[in-house]
Amino acid sequence: MAKNKRLGLKEKYALMTRGLDWETTYQPMDKVFPYDTYEGIKIVDWDKWEDPFRLTVESYWKYQSEKERKLYAILDAFQQNNGHMNLSDARYLNAVKLWIQGITPLEYAAHRGFAHAARAFRGAGTRVACQMQSIDELRHAQTQMHAFSHYNKFFNGFHNFAHMRDRAWYLSIPKSFFEDAMTAGPFEFVTSIAFSFEYVLTNLLFMPFVSGAAYNGDMATTTFGFSAQSDESRHMTLGLEVVKFMLEQHEDNVPIVQAWLDKWFWRGYRLLGLVGTMMDYMLPKKVMCWKEAWEIYWEENGVALFHDLGRYGIRLPKYHEVAAKEKDRLTHELWATLYQFGNALGLHTWVPDDEELDWMSEKYGTLFDTMYKPRLLYFRELEEKGERYFNNRLPMVCQVCQIPVFYTEPDDPETQSVRIVEAKGTKHHCCSDGCADIFNREPEKYVQALIPPQQVYRGEAGGATNIFEYAEWLHLVKDVDTGEYRGSPDNLNWDAWHARQKAPQSGAAV
Amino acid sequence: MADKVFIALQNNAEAQPVIEAIVEDNPQAVVNETPGMVKIDCPGRLVIKRETVEAKAGREFDLQEIQINLISLGGNVDEDDDEFVLMWNV
Repeated sequence: MAKNKRLGLKEKYALMTRGLDWETTYQPMDKVFPYDTYEGIKIVDWDKWEDPFRLTVESYWKYQSEKERKLYAILDAFQQNNGHMNLSDARYLNAVKLWIQGITPLEYAAHRGFAHAARAFRGAGTRVACQMQSIDELRHAQTQMHAFSHYNKFFNGFHNFAHMRDRAWYLSIPKSFFEDAMTAGPFEFVTSIAFSFEYVLTNLLFMPFVSGAAYNGDMATTTFGFSAQSDESRHMTLGLEVVKFMLEQHEDNVPIVQAWLDKWFWRGYRLLGLVGTMMDYMLPKKVMCWKEAWEIYWEENGVALFHDLGRYGIRLPKYHEVAAKEKDRLTHELWATLYQFGNALGLHTWVPDDEELDWMSEKYGTLFDTMYKPRLLYFRELEEKGERYFNNRLPMVCQVCQIPVFYTEPDDPETQSVRIVEAKGTKHHCCSDGCADIFNREPEKYVQALIPPQQVYRGEAGGATNIFEYAEWLHLVKDVDTGEYRGSPDNLNWDAWHARQKAPQSGAAV
Repeated sequence: MADKVFIALQNNAEAQPVIEAIVEDNPQAVVNETPGMVKIDCPGRLVIKRETVEAKAGREFDLQEIQINLISLGGNVDEDDDEFVLMWNV
């Protein structure tokens, strides 16, 4: 009698994912799948698509439910035991505020984007992979909201992220990134998010930053962060797969893919400036600095990925050398900007303490000591005189990445970097050659970008005529949700709770 | 030297047999610990063998279980029932 052999992983995957779809006959395939050809990507054989994880729907649900059970057990324990009291410092939570305001909405946007991609491709294997990713991204948005809801009970700035997402000037940095991706065709969308963003860049968020969250006592963020990142590993593999698939299918695809990699590397890098600033300035206890993280996760791991693609004729993305030149200053320039515009932020900013300044000197050396430390010390001096510095206007932002135009020239950290581009008779400002190139490649797209500071000054922000009325329109309370950390309710509560914990038990109720 | 592949796992009890198996089967692997996380780098190629993990864990192990504690990876993935391989093709 023949032995009843169990199916191997590869056979099972082949049986469960191939030959289940069909060629349509009532309507031509091109009408059923109208979006997967106009970008110019040529696919000869969709069955060459391979999912290296070979995850079937059955095992997908099995492992995802296991991850959820673990995650929620830890979140429950964290909340029941007042886990927020074990944070290194309440300043840390400003990174978490930026996360829920800026990053959680991206997870939801990714859910929508992949749902769209899952409908757009005519290859069934590709559709299944996009569908699973769409479900993952919804999970990420939900688990982040659940994890952060605990902080909303005790700290300010967590209360209205969905309202702020569509209105706050600084949140248009992440928002516009995703909307740029979602309004592209399906191949560009998957290249931008699953490859450039997730494979090349999100490691910087989910590895060193989340490890930093662990070091700062934030078990909630650590747990969902790593739980989400385990899904990201699958997404990264999907991203690499889709890129290799396009490159292997037709040589005409190579220049199209290269242009997307150039664009999305630069857009992702610009967005990550926020993550770098979270790492360097918002983690009271430091794990590694932005520069070290960039060297490990881009210069070592990211570059290895591009070397691997070299056999298809893919080269390193344009302007990677500019990113290398900026790694000593990126976060310092961005923090100084956030610090100034603090009256229009849903989080607090501050001057780092002496121990942190010493750490920055050690990590960043002479440039920090000569350019950025003196400025921070000057801010501190003003604050001590009772004249905490605020720039009570809104900044001019880049037409592409929407980051304020304040970065400096790659070869000269003393000169502001501004590029003026023109289209349809109007001038627009970009922060860099990278963003100017992106604009010039598709000007008809970027002239339509909604630029919040311009809208505010046109009276489109509930009629606000100044930055304080604008902050109210964002549902931010002055000096409670916005402004300086020192002396804020978050700061005073934190000190009072800990003073009470340490006080001798005299029996007197406080 | 060949570019490095890497795998990062949550630094918890469940992941220990996997980490030990990687170290045993990949003599060039370098283990880096940061809070909550273990990142293992290896030049060119890294393999996780089901048999070795089972010996370390003292139970049957399905390689897809690594999904639960996996944080990130770098390299082309090739997985079957017995081996999970990461490699660069250059």
